[in-house]
Amino acid sequence: MTPLLAVEDLRVSFPTHSGRVEVVKGISFTLGRERLGIVGESGSGKSMTGRSILKLIRKPGLVTADRMEFDGIDLTALSEHQMRAIRGARISMVMQDPKFSLNPVMTVGEQIAEALLTHQKLARKDVHQRVIAMLEAVRINDPERVAKLYPHEVSGGMGQRVMIAMMLIPEPELLIADEPTSALDVSVQAQVLDIIDELVRNKGMGLILISHDLALVSRYCDRILVMNAGTIVEECAAGELANAQHPYTRGLLAAMPTIDEAREELPVLDRTQWAGT
Amino acid sequence: MSFEPSTVAPAPSPGLAGRKARRRAGTVLGFLITLALTFLGLLAITFFIGRVVPIDPVLSVVGDRATQAQYDAAKVAMGLDQPLIMQFVTYVGNVLTGDLGQSVSTGRPVIEDLSRFFPATLEMATLGILIGVLLGVPLGVTAAARQGSWVDQIIRVVGLMGYSVPAFWLGLVGLAIFYARLRWVGGPGRLDIFYDGLVSPVTGMILIDSLLAGEIDIFWNAVTHLILPASVLGFFSLAYIARMTRSFMLDQLGQEFVTTARVKGVPERVVIWRHAFNPIRVPLITVIGLSYAGLLEGSVMIETVFSWPGIGNYLTTALLNADMNAVLGSTLVIGAVFIFINKISDVLYRVLDPRAK
Repeated sequence: MTPLLAVEDLRVSFPTHSGRVEVVKGISFTLGRERLGIVGESGSGKSMTGRSILKLIRKPGLVTADRMEFDGIDLTALSEHQMRAIRGARISMVMQDPKFSLNPVMTVGEQIAEALLTHQKLARKDVHQRVIAMLEAVRINDPERVAKLYPHEVSGGMGQRVMIAMMLIPEPELLIADEPTSALDVSVQAQVLDIIDELVRNKGMGLILISHDLALVSRYCDRILVMNAGTIVEECAAGELANAQHPYTRGLLAAMPTIDEAREELPVLDRTQWAGT
Repeated sequence: MSFEPSTVAPAPSPGLAGRKARRRAGTVLGFLITLALTFLGLLAITFFIGRVVPIDPVLSVVGDRATQAQYDAAKVAMGLDQPLIMQFVTYVGNVLTGDLGQSVSTGRPVIEDLSRFFPATLEMATLGILIGVLLGVPLGVTAAARQGSWVDQIIRVVGLMGYSVPAFWLGLVGLAIFYARLRWVGGPGRLDIFYDGLVSPVTGMILIDSLLAGEIDIFWNAVTHLILPASVLGFFSLAYIARMTRSFMLDQLGQEFVTTARVKGVPERVVIWRHAFNPIRVPLITVIGLSYAGLLEGSVMIETVFSWPGIGNYLTTALLNADMNAVLGSTLVIGAVFIFINKISDVLYRVLDPRAK
């Protein structure tokens, strides 16, 4: 079976005063219809990886890859126009903070409908029905009323559910969730992830969950990639995370407090153990 | 606004409709009161500044060869022997009845002069701002969408010219080329001499008056006279509007919701105009409103070069002749224009930005 997504030697670089700086340094992975977690600290290149799959890195950023295939389609060879037919329709992305990622002057309903209408021609009545059904699917009560609200009139958790509705309404096959809960209160994080999890499983989609939260990723994913300084340092099944080998992963795990411990100080990463950065 | 409850407030029930209408009436009333107070403040400032400037309005009426007796008589006749506060009350009363006094230099009531000069400026400024907006906004958007490209560079150079080239020079060169050499446009003045005074003024704007009278010839003649000065004015507001549009757009194009739109697969044209441009309409209205108000003050340079009987010329002449009634009257009109444009902008904000409701 061909994988849903195959990435080989993906590199992302940006020009600076002292030459080009690579933020993703040749990573390779494949993804089936499964849930893949990418974890790493800020600046490890995990978000850039997600965005380069959608070819959303704008100039002067530069993305190269030996191979980047989605469902047998060579993404590196697609024009911007062809890429637009993939974006939203087949690969979609849930962004980080609904406060900034929803258009402030369009109603929630209009924004969800736009995601659908960009890829399909539908009668206005059908569009409305689909939008309402999708809002129900992300567990929004009274969807008729919420569809008429503007983003500033909904809460963060609700905004993120609207975001999920918008990204899933064209029924893509792969969803990239880029830190979907880091801007939310802890109390609604689980709720939002449960919704993503349920919809992804039901539709048999692939999921890439990008996060810096090890516990969260190991709970919602089948497989985990650990990234550090633009490279993948560890790849393991979610259940095997406790047996991780790489010193960086071990360091991250050691820094997680547990509820019944009495450590005076949490350990700090000793970066000299690996790349020497 | 920053605090958002996790559930949304319940929708108002239909029984509240009456209360809502009353609240709206209250808003309109409050709006009218602030308008009146702003206007009163404007009157007070122009009046008192007009009285403290070292210009003797009596002297400009009687001339410097008048005897002391004549001078005193004129002073009493003009009401200037009264205490300042009484003069102000009288002045406000007069303004409310539409009496702005007599102009010393033209010998006509100031209100009559203004109704003649202001429409000329209004006509030119309106066409100028239309040119500035219709060209400046798309240019600014294009420059931002193609930031750093040669298109952006050309637009930047055009904008820089708009900032740095003096208006009178551009006006003179324009006349030399398009009027004297090419004969594409009319010369100075609002109409050719043989059309002058043929249409009776209704609004004072020849374009509208000629259409009302059904005089198409006069309309086209007025257009050929208006197009050059309006273009020169338009060029300056274009430069400013394009630059501001570009910087607003760059700001929006870097926002996350623009990336969201791209993630959805929305075509770039829609990303730019629907997602990035719509949110900047509100700040853009402020910029356009201020440019328009600036043009309505009248440009003395342009009006002089094109022999345009506008308010800039009128005000300058009045100032040079110590014609205080005309100065106060003109200032009042210009101030009223600013207040009016500000109020219109306020209303438009509420229409265009859901967050301002």
